[in-house]
Amino acid sequence: MRTYAIAVYLFLYIPIGVIAIFSFNAGRHAAQFQGFSTQWYGKALSNPFVMEALQTSATVATVSAALATVAGTLAALALQGVTGRPRIIFDALIYVAVMVPGIVIGISTLIALVTLFDFLNPVLSALWPLAGAAPKLNLGTGTLIAAHGLFAMALVVIIVRARVSGMDRSLIEASADLGATPWGTFRQVTLPQIAPAILAGFLLSFTFSFDDFIIAFFVAGSETTLPIYVFSSIRRGVTPEINAIGTMVLAASLVVLIAAQAILQRGRRRET
Amino acid sequence: MADGTETPIAELRAATKRYGAVVAARSLDLSIRRGEFLSFLGPSGCGKTTALRMLAGFEVPTEGEILLDGQRVNDLPPHRRPVNMVFQHYALFPHLSVADNIAYGLRQRRPRPPAAEVDSAVAKALETVRLPGFGPRRIWEMSGGQQQRVALARAIINEPKLLLLDEPMAALDKKLRHDMQIELQTLQRTLGITFILVTHDQEEALSMSDRICIMRDGQIVQVGSPRDLYDRPKNRYVADFVGKSNFFEGTVRAVEGGSARLDCAGGIRVVGRPSEGVATGQAAIASLRPEQISLTRGEDGIPVTVVNRIFLGEHTEYLVRNPDLGQFLVLSSRQAEAGEGNFEPGETGRARWRDGAALILKND
Ligand SMILES: Nc1ncnc2c1ncn2[C@@H]1O[C@H](COP(=O)(O)OP(=O)(O)O)[C@@H](O)[C@H]1O
Ligand SMILES: [Mg+2]
Repeated sequence: MRTYAIAVYLFLYIPIGVIAIFSFNAGRHAAQFQGFSTQWYGKALSNPFVMEALQTSATVATVSAALATVAGTLAALALQGVTGRPRIIFDALIYVAVMVPGIVIGISTLIALVTLFDFLNPVLSALWPLAGAAPKLNLGTGTLIAAHGLFAMALVVIIVRARVSGMDRSLIEASADLGATPWGTFRQVTLPQIAPAILAGFLLSFTFSFDDFIIAFFVAGSETTLPIYVFSSIRRGVTPEINAIGTMVLAASLVVLIAAQAILQRGRRRET
Repeated sequence: MADGTETPIAELRAATKRYGAVVAARSLDLSIRRGEFLSFLGPSGCGKTTALRMLAGFEVPTEGEILLDGQRVNDLPPHRRPVNMVFQHYALFPHLSVADNIAYGLRQRRPRPPAAEVDSAVAKALETVRLPGFGPRRIWEMSGGQQQRVALARAIINEPKLLLLDEPMAALDKKLRHDMQIELQTLQRTLGITFILVTHDQEEALSMSDRICIMRDGQIVQVGSPRDLYDRPKNRYVADFVGKSNFFEGTVRAVEGGSARLDCAGGIRVVGRPSEGVATGQAAIASLRPEQISLTRGEDGIPVTVVNRIFLGEHTEYLVRNPDLGQFLVLSSRQAEAGEGNFEPGETGRARWRDGAALILKND
């Protein structure tokens, strides 16, 4: 049993380990290790295509995570007031949204957006009041943010909801009892109580968006995110530079995920 | 101006609270006097918390009215009522320090009181609950008893017209509970704030309250001072709740001149003061306090066998058995013991009581 478990872990982590090790390869071939070097990290970071993709990814991740956090938190708070059958339906819909495979989300979002744009663009140009051509709605950063934001919102709802429903209701009553208005109670009691979950939700949304390839692949249009860049350069062969990028993305994601976990844990401990 | 004509500080008028089919409080009528210490006493689920929450504003009565200081407040939300509550599990804010918890109420006031004023009020409140210097502590660093004092300080700093306490001592151990009871009582006297306490602990209610409101199944059964309730319970339920008592069932044979006769099993007769509504021919019960019964070796009284004996210092409590009445308690003072000597378990003797000592009550 134990050997079996070890085998599973090796199977899971050896490929990742190999990528990390070969990112420090001095030679330019991925197949054999020719000495330690960090040159590929420098190459990756000075490659303008990589930097541009990184910037797109960072923008999309930040904006979509911020939108998802605000909308998801508000939804989680509003869902508190929903009980009975509607509650069950809403809960189910949120969980389904998280479990739908990325490829399905990608395709359906693409179809929905293209249909919408095909309908809106003629209307827009017909109604455009100024001189010159009307702006054309297209796939790109905006659609990336929309698609990632929607998916991440479901994540945020789940995380924040867990915290909100774990919250002691009597704290809210105590606050009202002491003379705080509903808004005052929200600001001084509810928000500090759920802040760790909100922050964790933001960080998870950020990593989700930053790492996502499948959904981005469908809705990115002509934009290139970091995962898309990696995918397209792999077709020209795996270089240590790609390994270096992968390792950096992995390290950044791990740091953020561990931070999110620590924030949630800490919030939970303080509760008791 | 305690001339009885002043407006009560709070009033429930036919206040009813339903939760769907459940009636948590049924047509409660009660007026609360300025500066008194009143307890709601009753078993779990009888509607005590519901009554308290209607006063605090967390529940709106389905029917009837809530008045504070003569004003109808049914629709006034909790944050606008001059009433504060000490919650059952304290409900202290875990993200705030002890001092910030206590200052919370003052900081909600508009215009905001100056920081220096708040700080000195907090320091004074901490003194009052005997936690000086504990301000900077975190809530989870405080013991249960200390948390309770913080909850108390957080409420009294606002100088509310009514302080509501929902089983505040339930989570404390016995010794601490006793200390806290004395402290609460002292606090109430010195502050002059009207206290309303919810408890299912009769000793607590008896020892602390000016008046007790006994509840059952969402209804008020009887309201009165501890002595009133002890001496003149309305029915068996009240007599059972206030102090220990023995109950003997029987049939009322005669009621006249403030005295009634009850015939119990085996022809045993009990004569006592009837409560309202007791009539000849009815089934009723006699309530006899253990201290009203004495144990002798003489010829008077009913024969009993001592089943068990508990030494309580000044008193000895005997559990005795009579073939007709079953088991009951007798409390014998040290003096009586000196006269009659000790009874050992298994020994026989006679149990006696004065005619008229008993209360003849309706059996409900
Ligand atoms: N929010 C509620 N919803 C439904 N029933 C309730 C609610 N609150 C109290 N009850 C019911 O009302 C009755 C009285 O409750 P409560 O006032 O809490 O009693 P107590 O404080 O005396 O234990 C109980 O039967 C309880 O189950
Ligand atoms: Mg209760």
